[in-house]
Amino acid sequence: MSYIALSDKDTAEMLARVGVANAAGLFQCIPDGVRLDRDLDLPPAMSEPELLAHFEAVAGRTTYPRYLSFLGGGVYHHFVPAVVDYLSSRGEFLSPYTPYQPEVSQGTLQVIFEYQTLICQLTGMDISNASLYDGASAAAEAVLMAQRLNNRRRVLVARSVHPQYRRTIETYARNLGLEVDEVGFGPDGRADGAALGAKLGPDVCGVVLQSPNYFGIVEDLGRAAALVEASKAVFIVVVAEALSLGVLEAPGKLGADIVCGEGQSFGLAPAFGGPSLGFLACAKGSLRQLPGRIAGQTRDVDGRRGFVLTLSTREQHIRREKATSNICTNQAWCALRATIFLETMGQAGLREMALQNIHKARYALDRLTRVPGVKGRFSGPVFNEFVLDLPRDASVVAEGLKARGILAGIALGEFGAGLKNSLLVCVTESQTRANIERLASALEEVLR
Amino acid sequence: MTREPLIFDLSDPGKRPFGLPALDVPEAPGLWEGLAARRDIPGFPQVSEVEVVRHFTRLSQLNYCVDLGLYPLGSCTMKYNPKVNEKIAGFPGFSGVHPSAPPDTVQGCLEVIKSLEDALAEITGLDAFTVQPSAGAQGELVGMMLIHAYLKSRGNPRKFVLIPDSAHGTNPSSAHVCGYQVQEVKSDPAGRVDLAALEKAMTEDVAALMATNPNTLGIFESDICEIARIVHSKGGLLYMDGANMNALTGVVRPGDMGVDVLHINLHKTFSTPHGGGGPGSGPVGVVKVLEPFLPIPVVVRRGDGFGLVADRPLSIGRVRSFFGNFLVAVKALAYIRTLGPRGLREVAEVSVLNANYIRKGLEGVYDLKYDAPSMHECVFSDKLQKEASGVTNLDIAKRLIDYGFHPPTMSFPLIVHGALMIEPTETESKRDLDGFIEAMKAIDREARENPDVLRAAPHRSPVRRLDETGAARNPILRWEKDERP
Repeated sequence: MSYIALSDKDTAEMLARVGVANAAGLFQCIPDGVRLDRDLDLPPAMSEPELLAHFEAVAGRTTYPRYLSFLGGGVYHHFVPAVVDYLSSRGEFLSPYTPYQPEVSQGTLQVIFEYQTLICQLTGMDISNASLYDGASAAAEAVLMAQRLNNRRRVLVARSVHPQYRRTIETYARNLGLEVDEVGFGPDGRADGAALGAKLGPDVCGVVLQSPNYFGIVEDLGRAAALVEASKAVFIVVVAEALSLGVLEAPGKLGADIVCGEGQSFGLAPAFGGPSLGFLACAKGSLRQLPGRIAGQTRDVDGRRGFVLTLSTREQHIRREKATSNICTNQAWCALRATIFLETMGQAGLREMALQNIHKARYALDRLTRVPGVKGRFSGPVFNEFVLDLPRDASVVAEGLKARGILAGIALGEFGAGLKNSLLVCVTESQTRANIERLASALEEVLR
Repeated sequence: MTREPLIFDLSDPGKRPFGLPALDVPEAPGLWEGLAARRDIPGFPQVSEVEVVRHFTRLSQLNYCVDLGLYPLGSCTMKYNPKVNEKIAGFPGFSGVHPSAPPDTVQGCLEVIKSLEDALAEITGLDAFTVQPSAGAQGELVGMMLIHAYLKSRGNPRKFVLIPDSAHGTNPSSAHVCGYQVQEVKSDPAGRVDLAALEKAMTEDVAALMATNPNTLGIFESDICEIARIVHSKGGLLYMDGANMNALTGVVRPGDMGVDVLHINLHKTFSTPHGGGGPGSGPVGVVKVLEPFLPIPVVVRRGDGFGLVADRPLSIGRVRSFFGNFLVAVKALAYIRTLGPRGLREVAEVSVLNANYIRKGLEGVYDLKYDAPSMHECVFSDKLQKEASGVTNLDIAKRLIDYGFHPPTMSFPLIVHGALMIEPTETESKRDLDGFIEAMKAIDREARENPDVLRAAPHRSPVRRLDETGAARNPILRWEKDERP
């Protein structure tokens, strides 16, 4: 199968017009010594039926869909209304490029403008960019942004921030001479306020907290903001479970300077982790340091409202190495899905979905901690995830549950010996009471 | 054309919410203890489903796209996006899978990643790949980080990165974000890297040269082996921006030309849809000595299956969560499997043929500053039309919209003043190429006879020319309640 639209006659006419005898004649500018003198060593071409059969077999080797899954930790199983798939698969949304020519890209641009507005409303911030790759790189970009804002060199990151986000921040910070330091967590699972206070100082450029944090605990952002403000560092709040913004107070109202995170919960499939949707919003005053594309409203020559990509003087095609970041696209199609999702759910639907997450997760926490030997690890309030302390190594228990058809959660051994027996369990609105009961009985069996 | 209102102007809080199943567990007591909750989200919309469907359907109709016609944006490789690949990416065994699931339950996903990495290694002649980078620009950044980490492990990461003056703007920006200082290398009169200038600039303080090949003029750097020799002789590394790989698949491999690190764009060469700006994917390939530095985790073969390795002490770490834009990788692999070795070579052959056919059709009508042979794209300028009546590349581009085509890339590369960079790709028919050539010729005639029609273009788009200066001077970046008409 190929997607060439030329007939043999077309090709012959075009080669003649160009003035070469054959296709090889088109590549005479490539030195003889380096040209490939064989076919690529790849499997032969496939027709569409063969291709579908091949990939059905490959996808079938992934057994994950057969399990009852309570996995979360940055990617969540939420319901996606049918209109999201239906509308986002339109070729007019899928097959254009970045909207460089606004006159024929008003669809994409207005969607981005609506997306930016929704993100501002959810986060309580003034402005949002047109989206970034994912939550982890958005957190890293927020740290670089903080550094540009105050030119300080030390970043404090809570250990309760998603470990992959922390690792990404370290990767981005390393070559720029930024020092990354950690702040531990207390028995409530929240960032340790005393430790944060002790580590803050005039050299601290930014403080990164996640809420709900990696353990599912909603942080006390107001208290942290008061500490951070005294040192004039930039307070960065990461939201890896964006659905929580449907019921939790907007971080912008609690003192955050930058709110960033992952929007996968808004209508994107788990998709083995990507495509994902990074978001980043900030105060108006930080506009010039905001990375990534931004859509703005304007008028055409006839006075009609329209939208354009704007403030491109921050960007690399004009500023080159002096640009605010090297990011030159957004995740427009993912932002489109989030926009369709949020507008379909509406204020009331989003709130209801978020509430059901809290109710079901807390019911499950209560039910599972009535299994003999199982305790809740932290005392802080949870959104849709929680950490269980098991009487044995959590990865061994998880293996036992897997043998019973359940992926019960993420074992937290990588946090060190203190959490070797801890399991991070996620319960969204997509779980039923019967599923929670099944997990509880299986856990009881495994621990017996 | 009526304008589509913003959803916020359609909102009515009395509309019925989207329905969810009734809660099947008891409500949690003390729900808000210790929490800062919100009662409402000021301004957040509430509309009915049918209004959502009409809103987005109408908005979609304001977009030009590849599914409508020729989209000759130079350097962007706007080829047809095969529909079967979307269907495959939607299989529950790909789209429904959680990335933290145990490796033995996600074998099909790991197989896709490993198979794609292997295929890309064969296509580019490099030894190992990572698919973690989410876009070309992130691929560049990873490439720079790999070079930094490798050179540092040998004692000195060095200070400078050399970048030709014709390079994409992201190249200098990516080098800078990695902590390098950028030095520009001039092009020679033929539009290629000036070897003498390179020889002079290449010192033992230089970590790498970031080259694009074919370069952004659509010209093959025929001295690529000599370029590699000069860079390597001082202990530097040759980075290749693979944005233009569409001209090379199955014909020549970067690894065979002395390239050490390269990123490619799955959303360009390997046909995945751009989605109006993303998601893309920018895999990075390296030669053997750089492999230990690749981002974690790494997918490895284990017996008949696949496993994950995260314990790699030399790795640069992570540049994002999980495994990159996985579904984009699925689509790219499906494309590679569809085409096979011959089909991939045909991609390069026909993309170069189509570009040269357009070049032949427009030579003499539009000025071609550099007349070296073209690969997959050709860069004209507005010089002749400007001399005739003062119209610019912007006027020409906007007028093309009236003829039913998306404009070419404009004003890039920077070394061609008033550039019009045309890349038709291999998937266009002769009829569409002829139509485009005829439109460009008609616009040239208009530029001489009736230039005002160009200056006022476009005339047939949903909106006409927009005030971009005003948008930047007085930024309105979100809807706000008090702005309701």
